[in-house]
Amino acid sequence: MSDRLDTETPSPLGQSLPRSRAQRTVAGQGRFTDDLSLPRMVHAAFLRSPYAHATINGIDADDARAHPGVVAVLTGADLAERVARFAGRHPLFPDLQAPEQSAMPVERTLWQGEPLAMVIAESRAIAEDAAELIMADLDPLPVVASVEAALADDAPVLHDAIGSNVGLDMHVGNRQPDQPFADAAVEMSAVFRFGRHTGVTLEPRVIIADYRSAERRLDVFQSHQCPHQQQDIYARLLGLPEHKVRVVCGDVGGAFGLKQQLYTDELAVCAASLILQRPVKFVADRLESFASDTHAREHVVHARIGAKADGTLVGLDLDDRFPIGAYSQYPRSSVGEGSHVLRMSGAPYRLRDYSCRLRMIYQNKPLVGHYRSVGHPIACAVTEAMVDRVAARLGIDPVEIRRRNQLKDAYFPYQSPGGFSFRYLSLDACLERLVDLVGYDDLRREQRTLRDRGVFRGLGLATFVELTGTGPGYYGADNARVSAQDGVSLKLEPDGTVRCWTSLTDQGQGIDTGIQQVVAHGIGVAMDAVTVDSGDSATTPYGGGAWASRGAPVGSEAALRASRKLKGNILDIAAALLQTTRDRLDIRGAGIVDETGATRMDLGELATIGYFRQELLPADLQPNLFVTEHFVPRLDPFIITNGIHFSHVEVDTETGFVRLLDHAVVHDAGRLLNPMLADEQIRGGVVQGLGAALFEELIYDAEGQLTNATMADYLVPMAGEMPDIRIAHVETPEPSTELGSRGVGEAGTAGSAAAVLNAINDAISPFDHTLDTLPATPERVLRALGRIG
Amino acid sequence: MTIRKTLHATVNGERIERTVDPRINLVDFLRHDLGLTGSHVGCEHGVCGACTLRVDDVVVRGCLMLAVQIDGCRVETIEGVTASGEIAALQESFVARNALQCGFCTPGMLLTAAELLREVDNPSRPAIREHISGNYCRCTGYEAIVDAIQAASAGRGDDER
Repeated sequence: MSDRLDTETPSPLGQSLPRSRAQRTVAGQGRFTDDLSLPRMVHAAFLRSPYAHATINGIDADDARAHPGVVAVLTGADLAERVARFAGRHPLFPDLQAPEQSAMPVERTLWQGEPLAMVIAESRAIAEDAAELIMADLDPLPVVASVEAALADDAPVLHDAIGSNVGLDMHVGNRQPDQPFADAAVEMSAVFRFGRHTGVTLEPRVIIADYRSAERRLDVFQSHQCPHQQQDIYARLLGLPEHKVRVVCGDVGGAFGLKQQLYTDELAVCAASLILQRPVKFVADRLESFASDTHAREHVVHARIGAKADGTLVGLDLDDRFPIGAYSQYPRSSVGEGSHVLRMSGAPYRLRDYSCRLRMIYQNKPLVGHYRSVGHPIACAVTEAMVDRVAARLGIDPVEIRRRNQLKDAYFPYQSPGGFSFRYLSLDACLERLVDLVGYDDLRREQRTLRDRGVFRGLGLATFVELTGTGPGYYGADNARVSAQDGVSLKLEPDGTVRCWTSLTDQGQGIDTGIQQVVAHGIGVAMDAVTVDSGDSATTPYGGGAWASRGAPVGSEAALRASRKLKGNILDIAAALLQTTRDRLDIRGAGIVDETGATRMDLGELATIGYFRQELLPADLQPNLFVTEHFVPRLDPFIITNGIHFSHVEVDTETGFVRLLDHAVVHDAGRLLNPMLADEQIRGGVVQGLGAALFEELIYDAEGQLTNATMADYLVPMAGEMPDIRIAHVETPEPSTELGSRGVGEAGTAGSAAAVLNAINDAISPFDHTLDTLPATPERVLRALGRIG
Repeated sequence: MTIRKTLHATVNGERIERTVDPRINLVDFLRHDLGLTGSHVGCEHGVCGACTLRVDDVVVRGCLMLAVQIDGCRVETIEGVTASGEIAALQESFVARNALQCGFCTPGMLLTAAELLREVDNPSRPAIREHISGNYCRCTGYEAIVDAIQAASAGRGDDER
């Protein structure tokens, strides 16, 4: 059996092929969850808390229950006995104090938008009508809506059992915080603020729960990234055995981490289906999405950096105040973002001194979850802004200071002060590639010329190191049953085509096409002879789904192994039929070929014998044309990647508007399964980061009221204001897998906002001011320039 | 007591008659009453463009019209223009260039793009970006969409020559 990985045989692997899934969505034939309708299905609408913090004295739903078309109204009290409580703890952070949550609160509401009552009716419109008839008797309580308010000496405490609003206070590094950096010629400090934002999937959250009492079986159709995780959660919290819970994720209209965890309203919908014994559908509307989807990125980071006169960085000292909302998100906890700031800041540089303190802070806002590139954008922005600040002070070009301080090839393997072992990072290769790609030196000259004419352009770099393909051990087994392994099953159909099921899920990334390419390559068949299905916890192998850019590094390796196994089984049958040995045969296209390349039999002919004519085979050969393989990387805790972003901007110093002129990324994802899809993952991720850099912010007032919960007020990037994005790759194969791929889906988001921040500060450097807050709205730019108070 | 209203319209070439609540909007009617689930609901306030469709040849937001307003009108959705082959070149171009990821915005994006190509030969990239600015895409970052529209436009020019 030959190994086609190392031969010249044409293979779909590594080619820029279009996605089969795209065919159906361009034709309007996608099957998104809201497109489904089930017999006897009813619709849920929620009454949500108008206050960010209030005592619940009582909920009077008599009028709502009497409204024509209403099937039921359920409150927290109705669900308390039926749904187990849960808390967003984390095994690696045993000191994290996570108060318990329930499906709906009974005594107290802790954030505006928290579901208080659920109306179930014949139609969504009727359910909404009836929700307006519910009288919730609420007494407002003092609200904590900012970092400052939460940490104040006399701050109201959200969770009495904790005693303060700090749910975790920890420190990482090789020194105590706030010590001067020995032998630093310059020390600079700044306070960075990052606006709270959210994923804004164009398809909102959708769930249909269908409990059938006769079989005591719950089928859940949900727009989600992780069907197996949801199966586990619904089974445990609702008291059902796992094999009686099936979670099906059809086409998903954007996810980005937002559809990765448990939402209390969705759990309540499942409970309602159990109570009513009929299908219940819930579709979040846009207001509900802004007010109740997981949020991300709100951080206040105090930073200090020290460097020698020649630009050699000496140390970095950070203090991240990370407000997470009212509870720690279940099941993965809310610590992820803070953890990445804690451990990944400064990662690209050789720093003698490193210290980072993290405080995870409770406040009266919706919960912070995971959003594409969890925490990395904050770690990257703070680090890169401070590096540029040193460069500006010492009169060193940003490229040059990175050349002097980035981890060199000779340093690897390198133990980072944040606690990671970097086997190898291609930081310098990416930097030099980028300098060439964008024509950096020419742009610097152009910048000087334009400044003389009153045009202020800036160049911003942002180097990053990213954790992808999270391995076992990060989440442990007890609280968050999040699988780090993925599986692939393959079946040879009787006509010789191949059907594939994977535990990976695809919300548009194109990983199902990547898997198709690996399978076609691994078996030796044509791309169109393989179909890939995913997103069904009952029929796919158990696995993680979509999180931490795991498709290429983890799932595709399982696909390669499954392909080899199926190919071996096919060739065993072929060898018996052709009276030869399997090492003398191979699969090419639709046929079994011998050493001369001559086709000896059709795959379809072989499969037909395997399924219908076993009497033609030796008595001791049982044909097995369905195989499954699982894979989890075990060499390192994470599959680590790196890259660099470049942003070119023009700042209008009169209006504060920032125009994006250019953006470029050089990334190292190891072997690329499909370069076009990898590039488009990066582009999409970049634009989400550009939204974070310039537009996106959930604005809460001091009472914890969301003030911009419409798509007209919460700005996401539109086509007209986005630049084209140039991408190049450095390909360092990942050593822990045979395919050698690393994660690519989050790289675009990791550094794009940081690059824009640096570019803006470079543009306004003649004014001796700096901007330290994102998004960089025109108002903030004008404030940074001192033009408005 | 709700007063229901009967409407007659031609949807994707088929004449339909339905009795509806006056408050139901057009895209909900198409999705839930007619099963035309290719038009999507993203924001319900006319910003995102996921519900873009055509009424009497004019591109509209399905969430900003009431179903009763199509009485006597011709409506075309992604299902209709797919069946007729009218936008086949654009659809092929979108797939080839991977100008969609999750695909939720895509039906609306395609109808908006088709409108542009009907009005303008070989539009510039800035003109394409401007024209599709009312259709949000959260996945692609737009560049591939611009490429795909440009390619479809150029391809059409070749055919005509």
